Amino acid sequence: MTMFLSNLISGISLGSVYAIIALGYTMVYGIAKMLNFAHGDIIMVGAYICFCCLYSLGFSPFVGILASMAVCTLLGILIERLAYKPLRQATSLSVLITAIGMSYFLQNLAQIIWGANPKSFQTVIPAGNVSLMGGELKISYVSLVTIAASVVVMLALSLFVGRSKMGRAMRCVSEDKGAAQLMGVNVDLTISVTFAIGSALAAIAGVLMCSAYPTLKPTTGAMPGIKAFTAAVFGGIGSIPGAMLGGILLGVIEILGRAYVSSELGDAFVFAVLILVLLVKPTGLLGKKIQEKV
Amino acid sequence: MKKTTVSKYLRRFLPYLIVIAAFIVCQSMIKTGAMPRTTKALLIPVCVYIVMAVSLNLTVGISGELSLGHAGFMSVGAFTGIVIAAYFREAFGAPEAVQLLMAIISGGVLAGIMGVLIGVPVLRLQGDYLAIVTLAFGEIIRNILNCVYISIDGKALRFSFNRPDLPGKLLFRGPSGATGVSRIATFTAGFLLVLFTLFVVLNLIRSRSGRAIMAIRDNKIAAEACGLDVTKYRMMAFVTSAALAGMGGALFGQNYSTLAPSNFSFNASILILVYVVLGGIGNITGSIIAATVLYVLPEELRAFSDYRMLVYAVVLIAVMLLTNNVAIKNFLASLRGKGSEKSERKDGEAV
Repeated sequence: MTMFLSNLISGISLGSVYAIIALGYTMVYGIAKMLNFAHGDIIMVGAYICFCCLYSLGFSPFVGILASMAVCTLLGILIERLAYKPLRQATSLSVLITAIGMSYFLQNLAQIIWGANPKSFQTVIPAGNVSLMGGELKISYVSLVTIAASVVVMLALSLFVGRSKMGRAMRCVSEDKGAAQLMGVNVDLTISVTFAIGSALAAIAGVLMCSAYPTLKPTTGAMPGIKAFTAAVFGGIGSIPGAMLGGILLGVIEILGRAYVSSELGDAFVFAVLILVLLVKPTGLLGKKIQEKV
Repeated sequence: MKKTTVSKYLRRFLPYLIVIAAFIVCQSMIKTGAMPRTTKALLIPVCVYIVMAVSLNLTVGISGELSLGHAGFMSVGAFTGIVIAAYFREAFGAPEAVQLLMAIISGGVLAGIMGVLIGVPVLRLQGDYLAIVTLAFGEIIRNILNCVYISIDGKALRFSFNRPDLPGKLLFRGPSGATGVSRIATFTAGFLLVLFTLFVVLNLIRSRSGRAIMAIRDNKIAAEACGLDVTKYRMMAFVTSAALAGMGGALFGQNYSTLAPSNFSFNASILILVYVVLGGIGNITGSIIAATVLYVLPEELRAFSDYRMLVYAVVLIAVMLLTNNVAIKNFLASLRGKGSEKSERKDGEAV
């Protein structure tokens, strides 16, 4: 029982990281209607920036996180302006290939700057754990902070999108870009802000992920990026609560699958569940069904 | 009249002509010793990637479904081929050509069967959902291969899941993949496989079924209303593409002495997709050229060592931005417009 609970909590913790990444994916998809494959690599850049601040410059973890968020935000805006904005009228496949090119670019740039050898990322969160149930169940601070961070991010994002003026603009643009523009919404600015928020979230996710799984390589972001994309689709792409739900479910399924089915088949298990869900509910758990018209 | 038929046939057989001409040039360079060894080593992978790109183009370009798991079919073909070739060698002492042929056939068949199994659920979905499920299947195949162990014990093949302690000689050992493969792939075999792929794909496109597949791509509901069996035709394209990818994979597997499932990750699928998109979606000749140039380019860029993949990424982004630039598009269209006007006039004169 305690074993199960402990696995469940590490699953939720991993899932929270996926959820934060998936939020970025789903927002960008909702507004720009593109799969931003470079999103996973922004996680990696965020983690590297934090690593540099902590070890080369000797800043405190708090400054490190802020710095990595700032750099990733700028990076996100820059990528959107340089690579994606000229392609707004292009076919979705061209945009996809550009995003893949961006992903290669970031990975290889990181490899040139920081080298291909994995770096050992030491946690920004104090080590230690909370003991529950008479010391049988131990929850590490990293897990607690990760879960708390994702809840805070989720709430803040829901409030922002639901209540603020910019959030309303985002919802308008995601519904109908042309009509939003006619109503006086600054579409370019809105898309830039979306990329900025998504990238800042990716930076947080990168730091949290490397605190829990401390190996940092130029390809660190690739697999979590794909899984977060899966999580976003799982929950219904374009939906913010869906991304959160999908991310956490995915993390729990992965950890429980590794623990109880087969340690090698964890990823296969995740993807198999995804396929089953999509077969039963082709728009994801919380996705809206759009009726196809002739 | 005569001129138009000549140009029509020329256009129709252009992919074959390019491949045959390239083969003759390469063979004569090998015979005269003009080809450096490093370039020679690229010939078989280039053939394989042409097969991969052309077959993926059938799914992405002709059938209009974005598949992100093509490398999964390639890996099924590669490892089936390795096991079958080793089986024919160990159990029957078959000559290399027979081993290679059996490897390619079995790789194609098994990948085709996988194509059917995967196609049934995948083709119920559309757009990005279809893409993510093909991605998921590619990853699942790789994950499962990581747990499979195959050995040959006399004349019997033995399989196990997650247990390396099999009797006999291990042919395939989970995450480390296949080691000590005899490397029987030849450039001629690659050339023939490319021709076979072109023959299958081009004939499929020009057939009644091919037109049905393209009609479904252009408007599924309208095609369905015309009485086309949507699932059947989408399935036909998907499975053909998978089987051809398996054949390419089987040849690929015979070109390296060691091959692990991790060679066929998501990135490998993306690489093939990049060939298809840069070559022009739905354009078979484009796929052939793009696969060749883009496979050779990073290899020849080794002089830049660390920077080569960076350069590759920049080229990729630049090509996408330039080909989608409105000013350049208009300029090209105006050139083409003039060109077609001219050719029309010529046609008129000829008539």
